[in-house]
Amino acid sequence: MIGAADPVAGVSGLSLRYGAVTALKALTLDIPAGQMVGLIGPDGVGKSSLLSLLAGARQIQDGEVRVLGGDMRDTRHRRAVCPRIAYMPQGLGKNLYPTLSVQENLDFFGSLFGHDRAARAHRITDLLAATGMSPFRDRPAAKLSGGMKQKLGLCCALIHDPDFLILDEPTTGVDPLSRRQFWDLIDRIRAMRPQMSVITATAYMEEAARFDWLVAMNAGEVLATGSPAELLARTGAGNLDEAFIALLPDTGRGDSSAVVIPPREASPEIAIEAEGLTQRFGSFTAVDTVSFRIPRGEIFGFLGSNGCGKTTTMKMLTGLLEPTEGRAKLFGQEVDASDLSVRRRVGFMSQAFSLYAELTVLQNLELHAKLFAMEPAKIPARIEEMIARFDLEEIRHALPEALPLGIRQRLSLAVAMIHGPEILILDEPTSGVDPVARNGFWRILAELSRKDGVTIFVSTHFMNEAEWCDRISLMHAGKVLVSDTAAAITASKGAAALEDAFIAYLEEAIGESTPAAEPAAPAPQPASEALQTPAGFSLRRLLSYSRLESLQLQRDPIRMTMALIGSLLLMIVIGFGINMDVEDLSFAVLDRDQTTTSRDYIADISGSRYFTEKPPLTGYDDMDARMRSGELALAIEIPPDFAANIARGRDVEVGAWFDGANPQRASTVQGYVQGMHSTWLLRHMREAYGEAAVAGNFELVTRYRYNPDVRSIIAIVPAVLPILLLMIPAILTTLSVAREKELGSIINFYVTPVTRLEFLIGKQLPYIALAMLNFFLMLGMARLLFGVPFSGNLAGFSLAALIYVSATTALGFLVSVFIASQVAALFATALLTLIPAVSYSGLIDPVSSLSGFGRVIGEVYPTTWFITAARGAFSKAFGFAELAQPIFAMALAVPVILGLAAYFLKKQAR
Amino acid sequence: MNFRNILNLGVKELLGLWRDWIMLILIVYSFSLSVWTSSHASPEALNNAAIAVVDEDRSQLSTRIIQAFYPPWFVRPATITTSEMDARMDAGLDTFALNIPPDFERDVLAGKAPAMQLNVDATRMSQAFTGNGYIQQIVTSEVAEFVAGYRGETAMPVGLSLRARYNPSLDPSWFGAITSVIQSITMLSLVLTGAALIREKEHGTVEHLLVMPVTASEIMLSKIWSMGLVVLLGSAFSLAVVVQGLMQVPVAGSVLLFLAGSVLMLFAMTCLGIFLATIAGTMPQFALLMMLVLLPLQVLSGAMTPRESMPEVIQTIMLAAPNTHFIILSQGILFRGAGIETVWPQFLALAAIGLVLFRLALARFRKFLR
Repeated sequence: MIGAADPVAGVSGLSLRYGAVTALKALTLDIPAGQMVGLIGPDGVGKSSLLSLLAGARQIQDGEVRVLGGDMRDTRHRRAVCPRIAYMPQGLGKNLYPTLSVQENLDFFGSLFGHDRAARAHRITDLLAATGMSPFRDRPAAKLSGGMKQKLGLCCALIHDPDFLILDEPTTGVDPLSRRQFWDLIDRIRAMRPQMSVITATAYMEEAARFDWLVAMNAGEVLATGSPAELLARTGAGNLDEAFIALLPDTGRGDSSAVVIPPREASPEIAIEAEGLTQRFGSFTAVDTVSFRIPRGEIFGFLGSNGCGKTTTMKMLTGLLEPTEGRAKLFGQEVDASDLSVRRRVGFMSQAFSLYAELTVLQNLELHAKLFAMEPAKIPARIEEMIARFDLEEIRHALPEALPLGIRQRLSLAVAMIHGPEILILDEPTSGVDPVARNGFWRILAELSRKDGVTIFVSTHFMNEAEWCDRISLMHAGKVLVSDTAAAITASKGAAALEDAFIAYLEEAIGESTPAAEPAAPAPQPASEALQTPAGFSLRRLLSYSRLESLQLQRDPIRMTMALIGSLLLMIVIGFGINMDVEDLSFAVLDRDQTTTSRDYIADISGSRYFTEKPPLTGYDDMDARMRSGELALAIEIPPDFAANIARGRDVEVGAWFDGANPQRASTVQGYVQGMHSTWLLRHMREAYGEAAVAGNFELVTRYRYNPDVRSIIAIVPAVLPILLLMIPAILTTLSVAREKELGSIINFYVTPVTRLEFLIGKQLPYIALAMLNFFLMLGMARLLFGVPFSGNLAGFSLAALIYVSATTALGFLVSVFIASQVAALFATALLTLIPAVSYSGLIDPVSSLSGFGRVIGEVYPTTWFITAARGAFSKAFGFAELAQPIFAMALAVPVILGLAAYFLKKQAR
Repeated sequence: MNFRNILNLGVKELLGLWRDWIMLILIVYSFSLSVWTSSHASPEALNNAAIAVVDEDRSQLSTRIIQAFYPPWFVRPATITTSEMDARMDAGLDTFALNIPPDFERDVLAGKAPAMQLNVDATRMSQAFTGNGYIQQIVTSEVAEFVAGYRGETAMPVGLSLRARYNPSLDPSWFGAITSVIQSITMLSLVLTGAALIREKEHGTVEHLLVMPVTASEIMLSKIWSMGLVVLLGSAFSLAVVVQGLMQVPVAGSVLLFLAGSVLMLFAMTCLGIFLATIAGTMPQFALLMMLVLLPLQVLSGAMTPRESMPEVIQTIMLAAPNTHFIILSQGILFRGAGIETVWPQFLALAAIGLVLFRLALARFRKFLR
């Protein structure tokens, strides 16, 4: 094996499983140093898994991984070498931050690796000049083309002068010109830094031909290694595509004969027609006056980089998108989104469309047959036909997710064909599919076109597929550059191959729009400044995450305004909504006495501010009905001869029924009625027997403290602050981590020297600042809008709030580390923050009156302490001394919560 | 409108939910454990109220009074000094502090009607009022019993027979349990449909549906019936098995009528869920939006505190929310045994709100798909 004596990395007996799926099978491999190593093979053979293990981004399950002379299982070694490794994960701009500009992205990566400001500025200028990206310095990453995103990704990977560069399919989905530029760039950088080793995965065999050394992989195993020439020689194949197929074991090879597309019988009927099709999104023109005519039965290929408008054009053809200008016609009939009959004649297979993962193969076919309103009697036969034709017999009861991509694409095609459409629109149907499956797929397409006369409109990135099409169109930046047969296009530019012709066309087009994109500047000078990558805590790395997070937040106006306006809105809602003052309760009377005495008794109740009298009751039935509807909270019955009996000293009893449905309110009502009854009695006794008779045994003087008028707003508003300062910050921090996990930028945390605490605290700081801003806004609103007096120490209370929001933001992280899915994160955060805060933290009932589990939660939950602090600061004139205890209790909670979050946060993917 | 499409797509939604175990756990939790805990955690009308006594009398009577406070209504009173009283109350340790003055017993027996002071932490609204009443009663009866025999009494022969209807012992777990079921219905109907739509958008399957001969309203209705059915079955199970069966909470009215009302409520809420999902577009924004919508709906609908104590403006605005009507009808049916003759206005209002929300959601949904 070449270079085996001095490998940059090596694995032995390496196995990796995702659940039941085996990604790597006891892999043993040495990767030679100082070379350009290519990893070839279709999607899902374990290339990405191997690369992420080499980068230290994924946890090793079984076997050994040695990189740069050490064991990657060893955390210390990983920390020591990670500044020497650079990893660019799969996916366009996967580890970039889309709202950040080119400059800001690079700056972030630079500071993670410990460069100071001057060094970063110097390196960024060098790298941008070398990659020809200087003019785009201030453009957000999201607005870059696919090729530029990948160049930026490469710059970010190179900013710390790595010794080992790991690239995972850096050119997938990139147009041929950008692809060529990308590899030229890598060549120049390697010329400057010959000691650097590069390993790259690719699905394009044309690219692999220029690498020094190749590893062919299939099904988690290495098929062969060697230089491209060696592999070709060993298999006797003419190109690497064929060589790869030849290397496959017999069982995986299938029908390995070359794809032959039979000639087409010309048909005069036009199946698809586009006339000046244009689509604008705001000021951006996605598709610019595209016109073409495709006769029935033709295979029409559509080529171009990602984001050039291919998918948008297809959407307009299928009626998914209304064209801004121009017309699309299918069989001479204008495409109308509301006309469902056209859709029955078209089969569509979209790029993103993964079949319904929750349905089996058979169920997927059935559902689509039913949705296309096929006659129920014909469905079973048609499904069987599809299963036989697309070779799905063995997997008819399998779930699509468990199937290899190639088979899934075949199934997608079967689904698109189930209703026998005359037109098939296929959006990159073979992306990531292995060469054998791709050949098989195209054999089916050929048969559909030639035998069944189906018109096929297909987009692709593969040149060999483009050559199989009857005609092809090359699209760039919304425009069709050329549209002809493959041979004619190649000839028109006098090129040797279709790809060269395309590059020529692209260069021509780009030359018109942006002159001098090709860099003249030399590759970056290997920096002389020594890398400072402190092993321990680094404030710079921490702050770089803070800066990143606040930039992202600023660029997301929806999140920003929701976080600010949201809390004020909710404060109004709760402040006015949760009202414990029981006033204006409706009551009615069944007065069977109708005397001055009975009316006097009633007047006592109706005169109070607690009760409002409704029309009198007519009887028990009336009482039942009106209480049942909730109209009456209280019903009073005064018995016949009430006054007369009192006068004669006979026992009488007033009946009172109150609505017990809401026990809280009911007990208040009960108290009021009892109180009024005894007041009335007392007054009557005084009138009847004189003052002496009513002198009680003692007098109980009640002092309502802190809130002498017992207004619930004074009790509630200070308690709302803690709830809102818990909920919104916690939700924001949970989502900030969950988003990184979902968008893939969490990989930067895995493979850079940033520590768990730096990551968490760095992300936390902007949210603490935001929460504090919220705090002051709400404080102002409590004073000005609700008129709640604030009697305590403002500085002390602000300190308590600062510590509290530190705890609540940390709580969000703690939730986020356990949960990957955002839906679940939302649910869990709501449950874990809101329910304990509302029910167990003394918002309505004091913690000391809770029992059981709720009591335990209430005692330790930081919200409890902040509610005490808030009520104290607002109503009880708390100074620093009184605030000390809640501050201390919360200050204990912060490191505990943050520590737990850091402990459970994984520094590697599983 | 093709009903077979709606049926087929809805079955697909159900199969999808069946394989989403996190959602399933959350549904089960909301309708079982959550109902149980929220009914048990909410205390009795007065449960373990924190009281302290400053006993400056140290007499037989003052001891009797102190001993009269006991669980479950009160914690065993802490005996404290006057100087401690303010600090303890500031720290929120005590809600009530009763001050028995020196020579209290002697003055009572002498018929001097001495004053006794009760300090109440009025920032704790819920216990302040009820607790005050309890303390009045307890102290009065202790003193009366103590002085009985020493002094004769003149009383008016007017009794008050005060009875709580629908929940005679004012057991708050009844209210807690049923309110929790209602809240779960609100939350799940919003979250399930909203999340289902956003998930489908993220997976690109909505677009795929649109190239098939199905209309936007069919897609929407399929989500409404399938997710609504799940929540409906969950709430039926919760009421029948958890609330009535395990917790032995009596349900006054017809569960079927309540479920009929729930159907209307679910229709309105699932439409709202779809509407919100189209506004948010992505999951994080949906999460924030949920917080901003769910909390006001639950707080202001009258589920937690009675509607009549809210400002007039808010009461009027909240008439537009489906929750308000659902709370009124379900409290009527479940607590007070109301029949359709009583709650028909709420049924009507819910149906009307549901239709409006459906139209709004459908219009947004069509735009969302573009």
